[in-house]
Amino acid sequence: MKRISVFIGKKLCKLLLLMLVVEVITFALMEASPIDPVTAYVGASTAIGAEQRELIAEKWGLNQPPASRFMSWLSNILKGDWGDSMIYRRPVMDVIRQKFLSSLALMAAAWLLSGILGFFLGVLSGYKEHSIIDRLISGYCHVLISTPAFWLGILFIIVFSVKLHWLPVGLSVPIGVLQSEVSFADKVRHLILPALTLTFTGIASICLHTREKTIEVLRSDYVIYARARGESGRSILHNHVYRNVLPPAVTLQFLSFSELFGGAVFVEQVFSYPGLGYTTVQAGLRSDMPLLMGITVISLIFVFSGNLIADLLYLVIDPRIRERRTE
Amino acid sequence: MKLFRLQKGTRERAIARIVLFLVILTAVMIAGSHIPLDSIYVDLENINHPPGLTHLFGTDWVGRDMLTRTVKGLSLSIWVGIICSLSSTVIAAVFGILGPTLGGKADAVISWLVDLTLSVPHTILIILVSIACGGGFKGIVVGVAATHWTSLTRIIRAEVIRIHTSEYVMISKRFGKSRRFIALHHMVPHVVPQMVVGTILVFPHAILHEASITFLGFGLPPHEPAIGVILSESMKYLTSGQWWLAFFPGVCLICVSIMVSALGKSLEQIMDPVTAYKK
Amino acid sequence: MYTADMETRQKKSSPEDGMPVFQVMNFGVSFSQYENGINRKELHVITDLDIELYEGKILAVVGSSGSGKSLLAHAIMGILPGNATIYGKMFYRHEELTRASIARIRGKKICLIPQSVNYLDPLEKVGSQISRAINGVPKAEKKRRAIEMMARYSLDPQVYDYYPHQLSGGMARKVLLSIALLSDCEILIADEPTPGLDEPSLAEVLQDFRLAADEGKAVLMITHDIQAAVRIADRIAVFYAGSTLEVADAKAFSGDGSQLCHPYSKALLQAMPQQDFLPLDGVQPMPGDLPEGCLFYERCPIRCEDCRCSRPQSRPVRGGKVRCFYAA
Repeated sequence: MKRISVFIGKKLCKLLLLMLVVEVITFALMEASPIDPVTAYVGASTAIGAEQRELIAEKWGLNQPPASRFMSWLSNILKGDWGDSMIYRRPVMDVIRQKFLSSLALMAAAWLLSGILGFFLGVLSGYKEHSIIDRLISGYCHVLISTPAFWLGILFIIVFSVKLHWLPVGLSVPIGVLQSEVSFADKVRHLILPALTLTFTGIASICLHTREKTIEVLRSDYVIYARARGESGRSILHNHVYRNVLPPAVTLQFLSFSELFGGAVFVEQVFSYPGLGYTTVQAGLRSDMPLLMGITVISLIFVFSGNLIADLLYLVIDPRIRERRTE
Repeated sequence: MKLFRLQKGTRERAIARIVLFLVILTAVMIAGSHIPLDSIYVDLENINHPPGLTHLFGTDWVGRDMLTRTVKGLSLSIWVGIICSLSSTVIAAVFGILGPTLGGKADAVISWLVDLTLSVPHTILIILVSIACGGGFKGIVVGVAATHWTSLTRIIRAEVIRIHTSEYVMISKRFGKSRRFIALHHMVPHVVPQMVVGTILVFPHAILHEASITFLGFGLPPHEPAIGVILSESMKYLTSGQWWLAFFPGVCLICVSIMVSALGKSLEQIMDPVTAYKK
Repeated sequence: MYTADMETRQKKSSPEDGMPVFQVMNFGVSFSQYENGINRKELHVITDLDIELYEGKILAVVGSSGSGKSLLAHAIMGILPGNATIYGKMFYRHEELTRASIARIRGKKICLIPQSVNYLDPLEKVGSQISRAINGVPKAEKKRRAIEMMARYSLDPQVYDYYPHQLSGGMARKVLLSIALLSDCEILIADEPTPGLDEPSLAEVLQDFRLAADEGKAVLMITHDIQAAVRIADRIAVFYAGSTLEVADAKAFSGDGSQLCHPYSKALLQAMPQQDFLPLDGVQPMPGDLPEGCLFYERCPIRCEDCRCSRPQSRPVRGGKVRCFYAA
């Protein structure tokens, strides 16, 4: 137990350092940008005069030197204040909390579905190596790896919304209905297509990995011995293949948080799904620095926790590593 | 194991694949860069034409031929892909060779840089870099190069470490061969094939990211004939049933990306004497 | 439960001339290989193999590396990869075995004892792998029997909850032996059971096999270690280039070797350290280019013109079997 707490402690220190460096880099990148945040905010409209621009710039503190702005931003964060979003005019953490929850529903659904589907398809494909089924499944995976998530989303819209009229085109709420009146069923209906898109793109890597691993296990000495002991194909699948293929697959799925988040950005954009990914694009297009800095940190923590869980899982699942750690 | 040697002609088939794909990709590139911009003309009499014999990929809402636009876009994509993958290879080569050669602190810093780059989702990092560069062509190239050097760096670094500690290099050193000799005769033959294959395998990621980021609005500007731009515009016309605006350009993009990765894998197969005999 | 069954069996079986429990005749294994990408070539890894196993007896198959003995156990069990072709006949008691019927008795009547701990699933507890050998009884009973069997080989009951990586080499061998003996098997095939053992462990392993044989099992021990074979086997088969050149009584492999018939067996004996330590010139032919005639032709001191073009069949000489025209 003590070992594990030391392990987590070290990881947390690493996370803090990463957060600081990533924030400095984000700040520097935004500073380097030739895009004027005030112009990005008000648009190309000429109705807003130079004086008003000056006012906005002053309100945002854009007139101070970058270093002092970063330091004051940092000291505010230490006090728990992440500043206000320029485009939403609300505290950054409020915006992120709300959007992240809605993204979380999307990502969790896709993560689970793609994990389960990818795993079983991968085992099937590896078990039937060189068969037609195997060729279909791995062919599908190789095509999907080369398919941008957003284009798959567009394809789904064409097929399911425009041609078949089964599901709504986009937005997580029907147009013209107040946020508070949206029923749960509506929310789910609007979640299906984005979640499916994200699932389909996520399946490929987990499926191909599981396939390789299954083939490796089936050629292992212990499966040869299991056959010598008279175990049937089914029994080998249950007793050995699942047992040895599942742990690395689960770990890989936790390591894929980064791709999951990246995919969500595109899928949310295609379906105008009001989650964190959509918000990232808006914040980027309109140079909303406080919001972007907040989002970067959140995405960093998100990816980091995936990696941490994967590390811890290995400690728990694999007796060989467990022992090495506890010795 | 010698018992399970491969079937006949795997090498020949790999070479045939490489040649075929190279020819197709070059043809697309040349065709794309030789189509003058004014051949994508507005033709208001032929707007929203579904795919047919006169317009294979159909026409858009101002009557432009989608096939011409797609080829133009693909050739731009291929250019972006080449530049992006070459620049990430340069970064990877510098870091991957410098790290283990300098050793100690420098190596640790490089490993940490890899971790740092991987700690934030690629998409976010590319968006940030693209904003920093003010968007456009430069933004895409710097953004993709800045995010895609990591895996190749790890491969090259591992390879260089392996060679440094290998017995034949040790023996070479004992025999008093110069560093230059060792670098030329032992490093280059191992690292160069890795780099070539690595560069090609980064390529599909680069063109997919280019299209994706452009689609979001951070990449190439709307007046460029890029696939990302075409697809992003097509979103407005999906609900009115013009599926071909999005379908064909996307399919072509995927085909290019699949061809390039198949090319990389075939090249890997024939370059490596070990995998050359695997099925 | 064991002993009653055993005694009846031992009464039934007479030492040598009884009915073999398991018999392999003209057995062969080959792999297809492509050469220069065009010519298909057959690789004969095992050719013309004859083996007979009797209840209560140990047969040791002795061969140097490259003789194809590493594939022998897997070939007999029918668990080679799909690109292997197997020919010849196999009998279990009176029944001729086909690929399908060997699958039925695999792990039940005929058991493999593999070489090392790598043959155990690394993520499954040892106990559950052992008790899978027992069928048709409740879980608690399985565990009881497994622990009982483990105790016979002085394995601690807590080993039941170990994972394979926690086993020492010796423990792993005992676990693998327990698995084989727990299933109701009649034939044990031990694949290289002795490499790298120190003298006490070696003695222990050999003792375990002797014990199993004395309980009525037919044991086939595949090994490169003649000395170990001489110590416990009843009969020894000399394996060369995928075939048995001579099957003789274990006692014949002692003294000056005058009891042995085949020139290769004699050379093998003379190469042993406590004998003359004389190496034999030349190498075994590779599976890809076996000679047309006798497999030993190239290195044989008593070869003749006949040996070059026709391969000698196995014939009985002095209570053993020899593949040589001139052996007497």
